[in-house]
Amino acid sequence: MTPTNSRPSHPTITITVNGETHKFMRGEVSNMVSPSHTLAHTLRERLGLTGTKISCDHGACGCCTVLLDGKAVLSCMLLTLECEGKEITTIEGLGDAATGALDPLQQSFIDHTAFQCGFCTPGIIMSAKALLTENPSPTKEEVQEALSGNFCRCNSHYHVLDAVLAVTERREDE
Amino acid sequence: MTEYRFIGKATPRKDALDIVTGKTKFINDLSIPNMLYGKALRSPLPHALIKSIDTSEALALKGVKAVLTYENVPDWLGGLPLHVRILDRKLRYVGAAVALVAAETEEIAAEALRHIKVEYESLPAVYDSEEAIEPDAPQLYEQFPGNVYPLEIQAFGPKSLREIAIGDVDKGFAEADFIVEGTYTYENIPNPLPPEPPGAIAAWEGKDTLTVWSASQGPHMVKVSLQKRMGSINLQSLGSPVGASYGTKYMSWQYVLPAAALAQAAGRPVKYYYENPEHLAAFSLRLGSRIHGKVGMKKNGDVTALSGDWFVNTGASSETAQAMVSVGCGEAQLMLRCPNWSLKPKVVCTNRTASGQVRGFGGQELKCALIPLLTLGMEKADIDPVEFFKKNYVKPGEGYYWRDGFWWESRGIDYTGAIEKGAAVFGWQEKWQGWLKPSSVNGVKRRGVGVGVHGNADVGEDVSEAYVRLDPNGTATIYSGLAEHGTGQRSSICKMVAEVLQLPLERVFVTPTDSRINPFEYGPVGSRGTYAIGSAVIAAAEDAKRQLFEKMAPKFKAAPEVLETEDGMVWVKGQPGTRLPWMKGMRYDSTIMGHGRFEPDFTLPNFMMIFTEVEVDTETGKVDLVRVVGATDVGQVIDPLYLTNQLNGCLGSAGIDSAIFEETVFDTRLGRIMNANMIDYKWRTFAELPEMEHAILETPIPSHRFQAIGVGEIAPSPGPSAVLMAVSNAIGTRIHKYPLTPDKVLAALGKITKQERRGN
Repeated sequence: MTPTNSRPSHPTITITVNGETHKFMRGEVSNMVSPSHTLAHTLRERLGLTGTKISCDHGACGCCTVLLDGKAVLSCMLLTLECEGKEITTIEGLGDAATGALDPLQQSFIDHTAFQCGFCTPGIIMSAKALLTENPSPTKEEVQEALSGNFCRCNSHYHVLDAVLAVTERREDE
Repeated sequence: MTEYRFIGKATPRKDALDIVTGKTKFINDLSIPNMLYGKALRSPLPHALIKSIDTSEALALKGVKAVLTYENVPDWLGGLPLHVRILDRKLRYVGAAVALVAAETEEIAAEALRHIKVEYESLPAVYDSEEAIEPDAPQLYEQFPGNVYPLEIQAFGPKSLREIAIGDVDKGFAEADFIVEGTYTYENIPNPLPPEPPGAIAAWEGKDTLTVWSASQGPHMVKVSLQKRMGSINLQSLGSPVGASYGTKYMSWQYVLPAAALAQAAGRPVKYYYENPEHLAAFSLRLGSRIHGKVGMKKNGDVTALSGDWFVNTGASSETAQAMVSVGCGEAQLMLRCPNWSLKPKVVCTNRTASGQVRGFGGQELKCALIPLLTLGMEKADIDPVEFFKKNYVKPGEGYYWRDGFWWESRGIDYTGAIEKGAAVFGWQEKWQGWLKPSSVNGVKRRGVGVGVHGNADVGEDVSEAYVRLDPNGTATIYSGLAEHGTGQRSSICKMVAEVLQLPLERVFVTPTDSRINPFEYGPVGSRGTYAIGSAVIAAAEDAKRQLFEKMAPKFKAAPEVLETEDGMVWVKGQPGTRLPWMKGMRYDSTIMGHGRFEPDFTLPNFMMIFTEVEVDTETGKVDLVRVVGATDVGQVIDPLYLTNQLNGCLGSAGIDSAIFEETVFDTRLGRIMNANMIDYKWRTFAELPEMEHAILETPIPSHRFQAIGVGEIAPSPGPSAVLMAVSNAIGTRIHKYPLTPDKVLAALGKITKQERRGN
């Protein structure tokens, strides 16, 4: 592959992933981040964060969902270079880094066996996390809507809904 | 009912923590030192010969380590009978592999594919199973004249079931009060589409040792079935957690053979992993199924004869179609009590992506076409389908020819109870208004109900072996070649062993799925996990416990038979004060290895009935699935959450939704699949879930230690025909072409005229 010239004004790209800041050289050489690399690719291949799964690789299945500044995004549809200065959270960074405690959502997925093969589970948990951050007491329909971009072929949907609703903040009037 | 410590109780999956924290390593999450990446160049034509192929430019690219074509690829074969080359000069579908490349990175491999120059000679193609057997049809294989696969391949022994031939159909039709006939199909070849594409990593050491890491549903069978034909006398097969399979990743040669060939050519390990569009366009679809059938019936609904020609379209090659035909023929008999049968299958190849093993294994494909034909008779006899299925489903003492061609008699459960419970939970009595009558009408929206049935006698198929090792520290390790493919079966066998040995679940482990250390395991197919795999594991645990008591007995100066164990302690029954830890008998320097083996047994049919309620918008033609009730009897629940998960799995993976919107859209002008991506291939989202409920009975199965049998595989199979029935009832007219997309519904209602599409 022929190396392309990086623009001298932006030779690097800096992203924060799960609280750790990473600085990459931009370019086409194997240890650089290429302008064509997706965030999913960088997370998996450069940072070894393989909890973020790639299934369709074109924004249809939600398996690669991560948080970007707290919002759910499809990491296969974002170029890494678009994430300059952003805070990324992946499934590996969801628990409490200091204590190792799981996020309540993760514990609830365990308690409800809210998965079967588990391939789509990280993406589903990240979508649910983004929802609960924005709306701590969603209705069942709101959870369904928030997860409607996540493909689950084993049909663990029903257990997932139980697991997510179990950690929502119940409103007083309910 | 026996009260157990673990069995029947909800316990977290052993692999749960890794799954929810992203630590689970699926096949594409693994990489091994020095590994290359493999990719395939795929055919743009449905039927062609390679006139010339030039790989020199690709080979010259920096980072390319091997390029294979039909000229230099090893002659390892797949398919049934063995007939599919890894790369062939003749290409038989759009997506057939033309060349394989291994390179330092995926990007370089993809780039190399663009530098391979191929000249094709296009050949006429055929897509329809009946057109393919016409005398002047294009021929796919020299060895299969007329495009028909031989059924005499003995997939299941010398008498393998090739048809249903029982009694005398002429006599049966003469005895009938009326005869119904017609052509019914299930030919939308839905894609089971597990989220994880198929893939493998292969690495050679020397000439005869090959190590394969694969996403196979049956990793031990990768070793057993492939090593001889690959010239490796020592194939070491390691399983990864399977990002679901639904049957499709059981036969693994399609992705293991290319990886191994590239690894051999490059002299380095190679990962070969399908991209999603390849997975959709060039990997196992369901079989196409078409029946020209005839049913003779009495006024009381008794079936006197069934005859038919069953055309099975397996696409460009048969992965295992003849075996699926055997099992399908067996499963039809479980559903229907009929003294006179003549069902003649024909397995035909055509120029589209190959069909392969999918859950429902021949039976779903057969019944999705056969049940709609039977309902014609039920309508004529004015008999309630629930009553019909209840009367006909095989009862203990009744028999059937199974896949091996032998007559077996059921010694299982009478499923009448499950049917009645399911009907009550669903409210069938209130909703069923008779044939072609809606259960309710609200303006343009009409609701209807339908029911379907399925079962197999495969819960006891094939052999499983297991070891259980006890360590002095009070732990047990199960040696099993069982891969986790989503059902929770690896956790379930831990529960069984924990129950036998009365150990806390945290002290029971399973070895990695690795053929180097584990004994023979056929794999979790045909709902055999609970009964067959479970029984082998339980036998190993019992054997280990027996040895433990023999070892401990001298310490108590008592006979082994009077000892008991719990939580790693042993004591004399009735004398809890004598408690000693395992360590006291085993010392620190010994282990105990219990052995277990399960021998095949086809006497236990399982059962699944699905009740559906649909709402049809007669303005738009859209069908909504409103409610689903599954009814079954599992003998004994092993884990309620694992079970409901599996039963909820009836919707996707080429199940119920293959009756509503799932289909592989095939363009017969180009020979191409038009929706090989996950936006155009329709799948059910979280936002559109029907109400789901299950009626689960537990009638003990005496021949299993915990009285249990499995149902996972069959969960979706009764669904598609149930939906057809429900929609027909809702709109008041028969409709039977899967999937029931709005255009077909509006055409059935006479609101549009629709052109028939042929050739799926």
